[in-house]
Amino acid sequence: MQEIKKDMYLIDKAELLQVIMEKKNALWRLCQICCSFPKAENHYEVTYSFANGYDFANYRLIVEKDEEIPSISRVYKSAIFYENEMHELWGLKVENIKMDLHDKLYRIDVETPFIEKEDK
Amino acid sequence: MGKRSIVPYGPQHPVLPEPIHLDLVLEDEKVLAAIPSIGFIHRGLESLTSKKDFNEMTYVAERICGICSFMHGMGYCMAVEDIMNVKVPRRAEYLRTIWAEMSRLHSHLLWLGLLADGFGFESLFMHSWRLREKILDMFEASTGGRVIFSVNTIGGVLKDMPADMLKDFVKQLNDMEKELRETTSIFLNDFTVKSRLVDVGILTGEDAIRRGAVGPMMRASGISVDMRKYGYAAYNDIDFDVITSNNCDSYARCEVRIGEIFQSIEIIRQCVAKIPDTEISTKVTGMPNGEASVRLEQPRGEAFYHVRANGTKFLDRFRVRTPTFANLPALTQTLQGCQYGDVPLLVLTIDPCISCTER
Repeated sequence: MQEIKKDMYLIDKAELLQVIMEKKNALWRLCQICCSFPKAENHYEVTYSFANGYDFANYRLIVEKDEEIPSISRVYKSAIFYENEMHELWGLKVENIKMDLHDKLYRIDVETPFIEKEDK
Repeated sequence: MGKRSIVPYGPQHPVLPEPIHLDLVLEDEKVLAAIPSIGFIHRGLESLTSKKDFNEMTYVAERICGICSFMHGMGYCMAVEDIMNVKVPRRAEYLRTIWAEMSRLHSHLLWLGLLADGFGFESLFMHSWRLREKILDMFEASTGGRVIFSVNTIGGVLKDMPADMLKDFVKQLNDMEKELRETTSIFLNDFTVKSRLVDVGILTGEDAIRRGAVGPMMRASGISVDMRKYGYAAYNDIDFDVITSNNCDSYARCEVRIGEIFQSIEIIRQCVAKIPDTEISTKVTGMPNGEASVRLEQPRGEAFYHVRANGTKFLDRFRVRTPTFANLPALTQTLQGCQYGDVPLLVLTIDPCISCTER
């Protein structure tokens, strides 16, 4: 784990579930999960944000285009919507979501994911 | 064991102002589980970063929601200002605080009206919305709009409020406060209202954290967290306490929101007394490059904004996590074990805003 700026840590995929369990056991709240695909980087960045009172911490995972990440929805139930959204709108593969909506979170006619075809 | 059945609830339902669908697993009249599904009004606003430049995105952000419009614009601008190291003039921060608290007032009054409508107290609904109308009139007088205000800009605000207008607003709010005490006392003391809210939809403090609840939903479970305490905009100059309740039920959520109505009036009074006479915006040049996250306390709870810029006029990413999105898992928790007849009220107690949620 490496601190890349204030309250932001870069973690490996292997560290993810350990970090998540530590946060859950210390009663941290899952604030949000953000997925982005910066064009210049050509990989996904998945940021997990947690809060405990007024303390705040973010953990960032770098994910290659065809790589799969484990779901945290069995630890934090509130992750279900975030993970379904990441998969549907960004095409990020999330393994074993507790309630997998199979790209039907949003009932839209437009083809998803929204990232440009050449980036997929 | 009683008969089990699955009842679809929504997306069209008399108490729902916006479409959400729940699959309710019932055993006789008791709800065993609720499976929410959204997605009827997704507009893809976040993906507009590829078509709208970072200045235009302010107006896109304001269109995320018709109730928290101002605060969405404010959150987006704060994130871009953070990236560009822009120092916003103090008067602009006070003006943003005043408009933000007016937004809270009108949102909570709207919610009180919907709640009263939800349990069939029509005259209380009309009284609440009559009072809300006065706040909308103030918005119209100060910004020119009643729903979308377009006064935020990167570097400050686009419109000022003259001293006599601010004094007039305080006078109107002082007058309104008396009427508000009368109306809100019905929510807090009336037997029929209490019979629908007390001990209904319990969400303990630990459950609120585990389910990621935010805002009044969390504070009504005894957790004292309010993003305004971070001191963004002018809140670091304002003296206020976080309003909480330990009852953890629907009545507690109503109590917290009513407390926040009076708190917002007090915050506006303090802002008007302290507002400095400076510029209202700073000239911003160049393109943003970098990333920033901002958390704001919207009427419905904590909102999260993440902006990532790449040095061009088009952003790499604009992420919004709205309070209702965070409160949906807590809603499913409160629905477990409730009576079928309480479902509409429990849905209302999270103060759902689905257009926010889906963006």
